[in-house]
Amino acid sequence: MADDEIILSELSDDELVLQMHDDLYDGLREEIEEGVNILIARGWAPYDALTKALVAGMTIVGADFRDGILFVPEVLLAANAMKGGMAILKPLLIATGAPRMGKMVIGTVKGDIHDIGKNLVGMMMEGAGFEVRDLGINNSVDKYLNALDEEKPDILGMSALLTTTMPYMKVVIDTMKERGMRDDYIVLVGGAPLNEEFGRAIGADAYCRDAAVAVETAKAFVARKHNRPNV
Amino acid sequence: MAMDALPKLLSSRDWLMADGATGTNLFNMGLSAGEPPEFWNIDKPDNIRTLYRSAVEAGSDIFLTNSFGGNAARLKLHNAQGRVGELNRVAASLGREIADAAGRLVVVAGSVGPTGEIFKPMGNLTHAMAVEIFHEQAEGLKEGGADVLWVETMSAFEEYAAAAEAAALAGMPWCGTMSFDTAGRTMMGITSASMATKVESLPNPPLAFGANCGVGASDLMRTVLGFEAAGTQRPIIAKGNAGIPKYHEGHIHYDGTPALMAEYAVLARDAGVRIIGGCCGTMPEHLKAMRHALETRPRGPVPTVELIQAELGAFSSVSDGTGDTSGDPKRERRGRRS
Repeated sequence: MADDEIILSELSDDELVLQMHDDLYDGLREEIEEGVNILIARGWAPYDALTKALVAGMTIVGADFRDGILFVPEVLLAANAMKGGMAILKPLLIATGAPRMGKMVIGTVKGDIHDIGKNLVGMMMEGAGFEVRDLGINNSVDKYLNALDEEKPDILGMSALLTTTMPYMKVVIDTMKERGMRDDYIVLVGGAPLNEEFGRAIGADAYCRDAAVAVETAKAFVARKHNRPNV
Repeated sequence: MAMDALPKLLSSRDWLMADGATGTNLFNMGLSAGEPPEFWNIDKPDNIRTLYRSAVEAGSDIFLTNSFGGNAARLKLHNAQGRVGELNRVAASLGREIADAAGRLVVVAGSVGPTGEIFKPMGNLTHAMAVEIFHEQAEGLKEGGADVLWVETMSAFEEYAAAAEAAALAGMPWCGTMSFDTAGRTMMGITSASMATKVESLPNPPLAFGANCGVGASDLMRTVLGFEAAGTQRPIIAKGNAGIPKYHEGHIHYDGTPALMAEYAVLARDAGVRIIGGCCGTMPEHLKAMRHALETRPRGPVPTVELIQAELGAFSSVSDGTGDTSGDPKRERRGRRS
């Protein structure tokens, strides 16, 4: 339908950004890549392209996911489109020394091989501008702690889908306490059988019901952490 | 194996009782976090016999084999992808042994859980791969003497359909449930109404279909009402969790009492559910209370959502996700790309 066709390069900046929000919502990777390239060619700062086009678009996706309007397949497609845009922006962001949102190390706990939810959180966090190191599935305490040493992230995220594996999160947190490093990190936990009470009981900073909530929680905690005076 | 066992029971009785939790029970017997439960079929067969026997003694007409994660995609992560045939065959043959000693007709249902993979284009799983994975498992369960394949906790209908095709390839009758845990829908966005319609489009529809796991008994009952509102004539299965998991002194326990699960069982029967059981957290004492209630409490009218909420507790989300039948995003569109 040629009448309906939108030529991205003919849109004004404001129109293009709104169109990119729509295209992210619809998971159109090529269109997002094209949009990012146009913004950069028009002289946009990479950080503005990231926050105003991609992050703002993924925030809409996240809100509709949280509200039960979008489901996992749509979110995965949106995240895939976002990744296309990020691949273009990442080297530019580093080159321009753009401010970082924060960094997260994430992984599914030992004995648990589920990763759909964990992957979704990782993608949404990237969509929100965070740097993410994904440790994959079946992570022992040592693997988590090594990654914390290597990456020095703001946030540790742990996921479990089984009632048999969720107690392992406490093992990780207890070990962090023993080594006097618990308070250096924001610890977020999630997974189908978890709940807020469980998060509190094991000493996590927060339980996140879904990927959208994880992003909101991460932003709030990182903002708080950055406002804290250095001691 | 008796392929007519379940049809026979379904045609002779109003309701049948299925079993409760597998994982929760095995965990209580000392299964450690991270150990694949299926290994116990070989390593601790007496524990698996105890699991099956406890369900039968509590009054279950159907019990599921310890093979939920016994497909190559899941076992691969424990480097045991070469043991699919063995683990499933023994899961079923231990079940056969217990069922045949029960003194009444008890159905051995071969549990088939999800692969944990996502279908293309979002993931890497293809239909052909999924069918092959489920078929391998189905042959093992058949060889061990399962009466029926029991596909459960599915989120994607593509995966459910692949398991159906595997059942056909193995020449097995099957039942299949999905898990409605995300704002009334499955994780992949399937509504109760859409599942009820889609099962009829399969070349070999299941003997019975329904919901398991998810978020507590209230939500599960609302899903059941959704199946019925879609006008299905097919027998419905309800296998809900005994409440929600709570953490207490290093252990996880589910907060649903036997009394609550008995109430749930009666409401499910009154709603027209033909196969009623539990899922996570449902222990033998819950099953006994359910059986007793099903046998002694008179049949009531089909429950309303208000009654379900009053008896079983609040729903986890406002809507069951079925109102928006198009499944399209509700967001205003700015324009269309060609």
